[in-house]
Amino acid sequence: MSEPAIVILVIEDEAQMRRFLRASLTHGGYQLIEAETAEQGLVQAAARNPDLVLLDLGLPDQDGLVVTERLRQWAKMPIIVISARGQEQDKIQALDAGADDYLTKPFGVGELLARIRVALRHAAKTSEGDSQFSLGELRVDLGRRQVRLADQEVHLTPIEYRLLTTLIKHAGRVLTHRQLLREVWGPNAGDQTQYLRVYMGQLRHKLEQDPSRPRYLMTEPGVGYRLRTEE
Amino acid sequence: MPNERPDPDELLRRLAEEEKQKKRGKLTVFFGAAPGVGKTYAMLEVARAELAEQRDVLVGVVETHGRFETAALLVGLDVLPRRKISYRGVEVEEFDLDAALERHPALILMDELAHTNAEGSRHPKRWQDVEELLDAGIDVFATMNVQHVESLNDVVAQITGVIVRETVPDSVLERAHEIKLVDLPPDELLLRLKDGKVYVSAQAQHAIENFFRKGNLIALRELALRQTAERVDAQMQAYRRAQGIEQTWAASEQILVAVSPSPYSVPLVRAARRMAAALHAHWFAVYVEPRISRPISKANEARLSQNLRLAERLGAEVVTLTGDRASDEILRFSRERNVTKIIVGKPVVAKLRDRFRASLVDQLVRHSGDIDVYVTAGDPEEEERLPAKAVPVPLELPSFLAAALATLAATLVGWWLFGRHQLPDVVMTYLLGIMLVSSRFGLFPSVFAAFLSVAALDFFFVPPFFTFAVADFSHTVTFAVMFLVAVVISGLTERVKNQAAAARQREQRTAALYELSRELTSAQSSRRVIEVGAAELERALSSKVAVFRPDAEGRVRSVFASPGLDESAERQESISQWVWLHRQEAGRGTTTLPSSRALYVPLLASGGIVGVLGLTPTPSDRFDSIEQRRQVDAFAAQLALAMERALLAEQTERARREVEAEQLKNSLLSSVSHDLRTPLAVITGAASTLLQGNPRVDDATAQDLTKTILEESERLNRLIRNLLDMTRLESGAVKVNKEWLALEEVVGAALGRMEQRLVGREVTVSIPAELPLVPFDMVLIEQVLINLLENAAKYSQGPLEISASLEPSASLEPGAVLVQVDDRGPGIPEGQEARVFEKFHRAAREGSPGGVGLGLSICRAIVAAHGGRIWAQNRPDGGASFRFVLPIQGQPPELGLPPQLEQQLPESSA
Repeated sequence: MSEPAIVILVIEDEAQMRRFLRASLTHGGYQLIEAETAEQGLVQAAARNPDLVLLDLGLPDQDGLVVTERLRQWAKMPIIVISARGQEQDKIQALDAGADDYLTKPFGVGELLARIRVALRHAAKTSEGDSQFSLGELRVDLGRRQVRLADQEVHLTPIEYRLLTTLIKHAGRVLTHRQLLREVWGPNAGDQTQYLRVYMGQLRHKLEQDPSRPRYLMTEPGVGYRLRTEE
Repeated sequence: MPNERPDPDELLRRLAEEEKQKKRGKLTVFFGAAPGVGKTYAMLEVARAELAEQRDVLVGVVETHGRFETAALLVGLDVLPRRKISYRGVEVEEFDLDAALERHPALILMDELAHTNAEGSRHPKRWQDVEELLDAGIDVFATMNVQHVESLNDVVAQITGVIVRETVPDSVLERAHEIKLVDLPPDELLLRLKDGKVYVSAQAQHAIENFFRKGNLIALRELALRQTAERVDAQMQAYRRAQGIEQTWAASEQILVAVSPSPYSVPLVRAARRMAAALHAHWFAVYVEPRISRPISKANEARLSQNLRLAERLGAEVVTLTGDRASDEILRFSRERNVTKIIVGKPVVAKLRDRFRASLVDQLVRHSGDIDVYVTAGDPEEEERLPAKAVPVPLELPSFLAAALATLAATLVGWWLFGRHQLPDVVMTYLLGIMLVSSRFGLFPSVFAAFLSVAALDFFFVPPFFTFAVADFSHTVTFAVMFLVAVVISGLTERVKNQAAAARQREQRTAALYELSRELTSAQSSRRVIEVGAAELERALSSKVAVFRPDAEGRVRSVFASPGLDESAERQESISQWVWLHRQEAGRGTTTLPSSRALYVPLLASGGIVGVLGLTPTPSDRFDSIEQRRQVDAFAAQLALAMERALLAEQTERARREVEAEQLKNSLLSSVSHDLRTPLAVITGAASTLLQGNPRVDDATAQDLTKTILEESERLNRLIRNLLDMTRLESGAVKVNKEWLALEEVVGAALGRMEQRLVGREVTVSIPAELPLVPFDMVLIEQVLINLLENAAKYSQGPLEISASLEPSASLEPGAVLVQVDDRGPGIPEGQEARVFEKFHRAAREGSPGGVGLGLSICRAIVAAHGGRIWAQNRPDGGASFRFVLPIQGQPPELGLPPQLEQQLPESSA
């Protein structure tokens, strides 16, 4: 191995869950640090400075949300939140507090590894990155502000374009309504998710073959949107 | 002929009485002939003896009147603090009944049993407080003087010339466990009075001088002694009866007193009471309501109900009969109830009518047979108590004017048609006019018309003309006959009219009652019964109505009020609480809290009390009449029966539902345990096979087993998700968070989530682009779609269709959207379309895939929470169609983006 292994900190109180993660992640080539409580997790994060944190929201000693906030005070590493279904509000809060993505229990190992890869790729991208983005038949030239679908140029309004580029910037990650509103409309946009839904609908009608079965612009019910990546 | 066998009714009555007496407290009355004989002193002495025997003695009320010897006896006794009542700005101290009941001593001392409580107390009289204490099982010592005995009231007034207003019903004394006579010879009493040892209040100074004459005192002493002796006699008889000594078991005497609205009835009732007491007889006070009569005046009605109430207070059984002839009804009733003695009043003024028709007394005497008839005279006493309002006779000027006009018209017609020669025809014309007047305006105008007609006939048609003189004597006879006929016609017409009015009134009464029972029959729930009944009562009795029932904690609360009883809610609740507990009426017109504005009637049904009915009548004295009160009672009885029926039905329904819930729980348990265990068994089996190294499974089998484990885990996950969702929905933990959303978005999300399960299935989505935004909860409706898709995937093969459209039916305003998920499967079995949404319902098909049968019930719960509707039907060309509508209510939010924001952004290249 030419480069050092990527270190992932797992903060999870269930031993069985840790066992499963240990097996699948070690197998995937990652190095694992385990923490059973929020306190331990924070200590480990400070001591070992991992490349990524897998954080269970239902910890016995502290709210996962608090852990996210405290980590974000000093650390930039990606945080993926693991939660049970029906905790949409918790997910949104964690994402708004700075978590990068979430996974709903139960999940398959394929999905887990894909999310980890997306998160790590984003973390690695320090500059604005490529000026070109392509996904399926969709080609976006960020330098020239040009959007093409199956080699046909698509005309987008300024807001539609900005919405699309925001999603491209975080491709593969879920963005909450609030995050999108703030990035596209500015800090004063508030909670007017209605704008977002309307523009997302318009964007889908321009970019998706069948807007009711989207291939690129995915809805995460109750949480936000995600631009699908190749994997 | 001697009757050997004890009367069974009598035995039963005594048994019931003994039962009641056992629980009741014992009343001991210290009875005296006059104030100052030492009743309070005697009572305190006995109380101290009781205290010495370790009994819990409480002094409720004792008036020492500043007498040192009496006050000294109070030392060491526990005295209940008085309650302060502010009445018209003056603070009055009263006995605190509630505190006494709360304290619940073994024995309580209550001085001056006849005392009238200050307004605002629960009961107007102290003896009623004592009754309540006794009912609560507390023994009571009380004092009273002979002049306060209700039935002796008028006798005392006759002897002393002092009318005593504070009286105690004889029944209270009769029920007393013990009467202790406190006797003092008149001379000694007078001596004590001289020494200032008898308390005399300042305002009674004058009256007292008359009262304490030696003659009076002797008479009063005799009364007191006799009263006590009668009581002893009664005890003796009771003892003999109990021991079966007495052979004269023959049904005891029954006395009947005929009561009328006349003030003369009051002494009559008292006389009857005395006779009944002396004979230890049961007695009836009977009023015969004429079937056909003019409605009796207000004043008479008030007096009648006062008379009857007096009789009731004195222990009579009050009966109202209806009939044409009072004597017949009284005798019929007397025979029915084995009355042995009838008491009637002596007619005061000989009426003219009596010369033609036998009076009541005559008829009674003539037809009574073996029943004794006593005819008593009496002074109309206490006339001043009864507001002798002049009965307003409806003598209206217009009706007399009309009578004059009718006479004029008859004159003109007679003149014009018949002239002076056909006198009989003219007379007929006049009679016709009189008849018309009497039928329209009543007796007096028609008599007036008769008079005018005779005059006009004389003046215009009888020679000499245009004078009132009469030449021929035969004409005078004509006049007389004509006048007589006119008056008879008038009388008859009047009677017919009154009959019609009475019939109408009775019919209205019956109709109202019938209406109520009809309305009540149609009401199903107790809530509805109360609403319907109250509305009907409100109308029929022109009263404000409220119904009270105890809540879960047993506090009686208003369950219906329209629009309220004009009394504070606390007062209403406290009175109705009392009514509920004592099963007795209270409030206006009763003896409990009569100062209240409303009347509170217990709703008694066969199984006990079911509620309390509160009524505030308009006008406020409406229920003072016996007739109205009877109607209230009839209505209350109807309502009570209907309420009992509804309550029983609800109880049965609750029990049935409990059984159903129990069955559901059992089916859930069996279903859940089966459905959870099956995948678990598969997983356990597969995993243990994989783990077992000996012999090692080959790679293909290992792959297969692993896949099985994954699939079964997913199935388990779905089951648990559904169970949790249902639990959360049912517990109400799920909040519907509606947002204005496009349907295509949620359909897309659901299809994305179902991608794995729908692999290889062709899914067509048709959602028109012009479909408006719909308010719904994204997460929940996604769940509905996922469940419907899962259901379709489970029970069908082949293509699926999801479509949405505006609901065309206009029944849902301002609109609704219809979403449907169609499959090409075998469809839903006939008749199961509604049942598939029921909990734990599963298609009973061989080899059908497992599931708890919750998916569709979750859909139903979610759609219902959105105010929508979900149903299933078979498509005509095969396959099932699951459809739901979501209402579009309200306006989508405005979408005015700040325009500068659009402009600020750089243009994308064209």
